[in-house]
Amino acid sequence: MEMTDNLMPTADVFRYAPAPESRSILNLKASYGLFINGEFVDGHGSSFKTINPSTEEVLAEVAEANDADVDAAVKAARRAYTRVWSKMPGSERAKYLYRIARIIQERGRELAVLESLDNGKPIKESRDVDIPIVAAHFFYYAGWADKLEHSGYGTTPLGVAGQIIPWNFPLLMLAWKIAPALACGNTVVLKPAETTPLTALLFAEICQQADLPPGVVNIVTGAGATGQAIVSHSDVDKVAFTGSTDVGKAIARAIAGTGKKATLELGGKAANIVFDDAPLDQAVEGVVNGIFFNQGHVCCAGSRLLVQESIADEFLDKLKRRMSTLRVGDPLDKNTDIGAINSDLQLARIRELVDIGEAEGAGRWSPACELPDRGFWFPPTIFTGVTQAHRIAREEVFGPVLAALTFRTPSEAVEKANNTPYGLSAGVWTEKGSRILHMAGALRAGVVWANTFNKFDPTSPFGGYKESGYGREGGRHGLAAYLKDGAA
Amino acid sequence: MSRIDVRKTYKLFIGGDFPRSESGYSYLVNDAKGTFVANAALASRKDARDAVVAARKAFGSWSSRTAYNRGQILYRVAEIMEDRRPQFVLAVQQSEGLSAAKANAVVDAAIDRLVWYAGWADKLTQVVGNANPVSGPFFNLSTPEPTGVVAVLAPQDSSLLGLISVIAPVIISGNVVVMVSSFERPLPAVTFSEVLATSDVPGGVINILTGSAATVAPWLASHMDVNAIDLVGVAGEIQLATDLEVAAADNLKRVRRAPASEPDWTTSPGLDTMTDFLEIKTVWHPMGV
Repeated sequence: MEMTDNLMPTADVFRYAPAPESRSILNLKASYGLFINGEFVDGHGSSFKTINPSTEEVLAEVAEANDADVDAAVKAARRAYTRVWSKMPGSERAKYLYRIARIIQERGRELAVLESLDNGKPIKESRDVDIPIVAAHFFYYAGWADKLEHSGYGTTPLGVAGQIIPWNFPLLMLAWKIAPALACGNTVVLKPAETTPLTALLFAEICQQADLPPGVVNIVTGAGATGQAIVSHSDVDKVAFTGSTDVGKAIARAIAGTGKKATLELGGKAANIVFDDAPLDQAVEGVVNGIFFNQGHVCCAGSRLLVQESIADEFLDKLKRRMSTLRVGDPLDKNTDIGAINSDLQLARIRELVDIGEAEGAGRWSPACELPDRGFWFPPTIFTGVTQAHRIAREEVFGPVLAALTFRTPSEAVEKANNTPYGLSAGVWTEKGSRILHMAGALRAGVVWANTFNKFDPTSPFGGYKESGYGREGGRHGLAAYLKDGAA
Repeated sequence: MSRIDVRKTYKLFIGGDFPRSESGYSYLVNDAKGTFVANAALASRKDARDAVVAARKAFGSWSSRTAYNRGQILYRVAEIMEDRRPQFVLAVQQSEGLSAAKANAVVDAAIDRLVWYAGWADKLTQVVGNANPVSGPFFNLSTPEPTGVVAVLAPQDSSLLGLISVIAPVIISGNVVVMVSSFERPLPAVTFSEVLATSDVPGGVINILTGSAATVAPWLASHMDVNAIDLVGVAGEIQLATDLEVAAADNLKRVRRAPASEPDWTTSPGLDTMTDFLEIKTVWHPMGV
């Protein structure tokens, strides 16, 4: 695909002065312990450093919870469950959750800055998307706590929930896990990802400020071994995991034959389908948002563009022109569109798959863009001439890399979109209402965005078909995961 | 001289056809008193795979029918069962060793259960779906959809009521089934397949394998084109059930776990019999002018 000559080097035309958000709002400690039974305690394992991926600067040293620490956290959660939380009237649990929601709003700026520092995502996303939805999530589920008899899933909680969350939306995934669990009367042991533990630890402080009873929320930091200790702990009743499909399968195997329930929110390779009658400029925005939001570190990212053949050239030109205006750089700069890749490990994974994409013959293109010298960076990238056999069309890159394919008929679009073991999300762009509804029905995915993409809301269930996992988070359906009469 | 009766050959039911087992094996089925009744086909791994292919082929059309139509079709199955009730009563008596009165009660309950599930077809979406009031100008709707190909290990003891109670909730929402019957009591399942063949249930929507769950189920549990599995037929067999759950994780099948013992099928079923094999799909669309 040749770029058209009239493409302006827009990045040069629109130069923005730096507009960095101040870090002074933060009061980071040099090191953090584990949050068990309402207190920060030293771990019995080793510790690890969490860094700012945009500079590689060390932000803090964090304890790595070992088996004994996890055991202590589960015991604290069990005690709190039996003695306090499961006995408390729902209306009282609700007020704690409302308190937490309010404190999150009050400390929103601080949380947003910390999230961008530890994760690498642009401040405009952490400030305008992540943190507001975190607060909204606690607000939403707070209101369910004393209305569970109307949920359709009974009112009996499961007990102690072990929750393991990823690094792409650290605090948001925490909210998705903790808010419904607590509303239903469960207590939790949560492990944030090893590269992004800091907002979870700040959340622990928020639990203290809210006077949440000790042991209702326990935060254990660590890596895979800590997660395994949670999953295999005999006194955990429920495992909730968001992360890779491989780990999700390992969890499903680990809890086989036990009474433990699980919800798994795993990988995706969503198709974003653009028909020839789509509003093209809006569709370009949607495709850009679909794959470059949060550096493409999004399980439901629209990583496969399926564009109708008759408009493919025009659409790809528009798309590339728009990509040229994306600003990659300092996550704390308010004008930044694309921040840092979360870790060197993830950067290596992206590079590997992109190299394979080139080697397999797809056409790689990125706009001219200066990347900072330090930190982990990858430019927004599109592959054209991609076929379904290409690995970049089949595997989750989890980075700012779009694979563009074409189709001729709606049925071909459905066939290609569904040709994946995943089934988390999909996008459809067309002005024809009946076609939207037909496509929405035919796509095997848990979330279908029509003429929009990457929208999230506490009232809206989220979760996958097939190997994207099972169970739903958000909405009334999200309660099923934490109540006895909910789904398997 | 008394007439020599014509005996029936009991076969598998795959894709609307009645093949013998591809393996060529059959096994001895006695009635509850130990008297020879039949040689039933002993389903093999290949039969299981053929059944999955047939089920997958039927899924698109079955799941895209209207709920009203699926309800009508299931109700029609109940009508035909009622018509053939003496045959089912006999099969239940043979299999379960019940008196005629008790066998009649089982057949009553089985037919009534089919009717109950038939009525759910066009209500399930209303009861388990939601319109979601998102905080923005969007239409947002969550509706249930069938999971796909569901492997069902039918209960070992309750050969008719149990069988109906595990098949009906799966197909009513648009799923398709590959079922392994009770090993020792397969005859009501075979009779049921003959009802299906004369009903309006399209070939492939329900596939019935007679034989051993321990032999066939591992292939279904690990099959990458099976989306879910109901393990009730291995109730109480802890090691086998665990192994099947582990195999099911290969493609993250939805698993309805094996209970400690076979449930009492006479109690009213809950919604979970249906919702365990549903996916919730949420569709967003902007609202504006």
